[in-house]
Amino acid sequence: MLRSLLFIPGNSPAMLQNADVLGADAYIFDLEDAVSPKEKDAARLLVTSAIKTLDFDKNKIIVRINPLNTGDCAVDIQAIVPLEPAFIMPTKVSRTEDILKISEHIKLIEEKHKLDIGTIKLIPLIETAEGIENAYHIASSSERIAALFLGAEDLTSDMQAIRSKHGNEIAYARSRIVTAAKACSIEAIDTPFTDAHDYDGLVEDARIARSLGFTGKAAISPQHVEGINEAFTPTSEEINYARNVIEAIEEGEMLGKGAVSLGGKMIDRPIVLRARKLLSIARQLGMEK
Amino acid sequence: MNKILPNIRESIVKSGLKDGMTISFHHHLRNGDYVLNMVMREIASLGIKNLTIQASALFDCHFELIEHIKSGVVSHIETNYMSGRIANAISHGILKDPVVFRSHGGRPAAIKSRRVHIDVAFLAAPASDKMGNSNGSLGKSACGSLGYAIPDSEYADKIIIITDTLFPYPLFPASIKESNVDFVVKVDAIGNPEGIVSGTTRITRDPISLKIAEYAANLIKYSGLLKDGFSFQTGAGGASLAVTKYLKSIMKELDVKGSFGLGGITGYLVDMLNEGYFEALQDVQCFDLLAVSSIMDNPRHVEISATEYASPLSKSRATSSLDVVVLGATQMDTDFNVNVHTDSSGIITGGSGGHSDTAEDSKLSIIVAPLFRARLPLIVDKVQCISTPGKHIDALVTQRGIAINPIRQDLIDTIKDAKLPIIPIEELKNLTEKYTGVPDRITLSKKCIAEVENRHGKIIDCIFAVE
Repeated sequence: MLRSLLFIPGNSPAMLQNADVLGADAYIFDLEDAVSPKEKDAARLLVTSAIKTLDFDKNKIIVRINPLNTGDCAVDIQAIVPLEPAFIMPTKVSRTEDILKISEHIKLIEEKHKLDIGTIKLIPLIETAEGIENAYHIASSSERIAALFLGAEDLTSDMQAIRSKHGNEIAYARSRIVTAAKACSIEAIDTPFTDAHDYDGLVEDARIARSLGFTGKAAISPQHVEGINEAFTPTSEEINYARNVIEAIEEGEMLGKGAVSLGGKMIDRPIVLRARKLLSIARQLGMEK
Repeated sequence: MNKILPNIRESIVKSGLKDGMTISFHHHLRNGDYVLNMVMREIASLGIKNLTIQASALFDCHFELIEHIKSGVVSHIETNYMSGRIANAISHGILKDPVVFRSHGGRPAAIKSRRVHIDVAFLAAPASDKMGNSNGSLGKSACGSLGYAIPDSEYADKIIIITDTLFPYPLFPASIKESNVDFVVKVDAIGNPEGIVSGTTRITRDPISLKIAEYAANLIKYSGLLKDGFSFQTGAGGASLAVTKYLKSIMKELDVKGSFGLGGITGYLVDMLNEGYFEALQDVQCFDLLAVSSIMDNPRHVEISATEYASPLSKSRATSSLDVVVLGATQMDTDFNVNVHTDSSGIITGGSGGHSDTAEDSKLSIIVAPLFRARLPLIVDKVQCISTPGKHIDALVTQRGIAINPIRQDLIDTIKDAKLPIIPIEELKNLTEKYTGVPDRITLSKKCIAEVENRHGKIIDCIFAVE
């Protein structure tokens, strides 16, 4: 369950050594945009040392690597794969071939280091117009794909759209990413809210993302983590309603009723499925037995 | 009667200042102070030697003292806090005899008990009238409270007010009363406003400090002390001030109305006063312009003297009614002793100020600090200097958990069901050393360059010169 994914600049020792106290469900150790070209080597060294040395939960580690069309991508993969982070985040992923090339490269390193093939999962960052249009194909291109992650800043730049807080310009991209992810039964991660100091704006943006079907959201600021976690955590009212739905449907089945209603409203299959899914999330978060 | 003198030089001459005497200054103009340097230049040019400086605090702007020490004008210093170039020079052994460090409560007690005798007090005043009624809230160099200057004005043999803004007589309200003042000197400027107070004191955005502050606020929440009538003091920096932000939302959630906020006052506490979270503020020093304007305008924002703030010789003092204080630390050891006097290399970088006073008197003293800064661990085997003894510290709050002093079993029992991240201080130390390793203990000379005196007049530690 990845509700909040916090970006940690790969060249910041202070942030790296404290990444695990900031409350995020996962931390994205960034070797890409947060690091200037001159510092790529140093950041790679720092991130690999941090993963080796510090007591991180590897299930929470995502390493964002440089795009395939740069020389840094292969070097990143060589350095990171032997450390077996749970996830690698390829960037500027636009088509199936990108994933296939990266997967193959990862596989070679896994074989070389005698690691279980396929253990490391991918969360491709979809941030080009071509990538959005190919989202389903990318999502279904490899068993390694665990989630799709929308990157709105590069996307809107690619589309020459004006980026705004309300996010109307990415409405289509958001829906496309969520639909592709759901079609492949993987998670959908929303783009970060980039105004670090607008907490209310962040909460509203996270609420919109959840309402569209995203399962989590990235954060560029630790101050956003709590708001994201809250937005993607079922409320007690939602949990109570879901429990009531399941109880009602179970009771109806026992009594052999064909149709069951709750509070005067008919409970049909989608409502039951939604309730089960919500209770499953609540269980993962320790909110439900 | 005319108390106005044309210049500082004449006030020095008329005060009768002689070799070997003690002169005092306050630190309300902080790192923007011009007065100490102006006075010392005149004293030096008059050929007076071998003086004791009795200053409530010294900052980097007072670096000219180094030359006065070298030339024999100054032979001894007593203060509550010291930073910058003068602190560095002292650390390297520039003075023959040790500096005496006191606390903000210990200084007025030492003055009252005559263990400290001030011959002449040179008191900067942002506003004064011709008879010496003075305050800090008016004038172009306004600093707000003059709390630390008041004991000097009550006990020094001669009191000279140095101001850059004269008001018509009588100036009201008066922090320093004309009945105590001998002379008044008007100068062009007593300080640089940029160094006196900050415009606004902002809450840190550092995520680690915020995490620590959140833990500290939750510790207060479950301590049993957060109820109507609650009283609180915190510093203006880093995680300390950020605690106020979280505390405010908890007070709102629990509908708690506090009695008073204490100490150095920031705009954040002023906002809490105005929004009804506290009934009053007791202010010994203003940290920002909002606090300066509030102390002038709001009758519930009250100036108090250092004596009223924390002197152990007062029949009662504000700190003795304090529930919770949140403090910082540069070093701690597993006995909860705190060092706020020196940095990791042994150089003096601060002093107790009100640290040890509030820790001793409050019902709950909380240290907030990150486990390491750069590569230096907070928790060491033995602090280089005991500024505040561990027996007066109740809890250490870090980004990786809260250590409660084992002598506070009552607190441990109170919070046991609160789901706070409680962890023994030894474990925090071990955890930190996994990141930083164990630094080599630095080698210091055998020359004692400063003695730390607790507020009851007892020397509790000695700071040695760096080599």
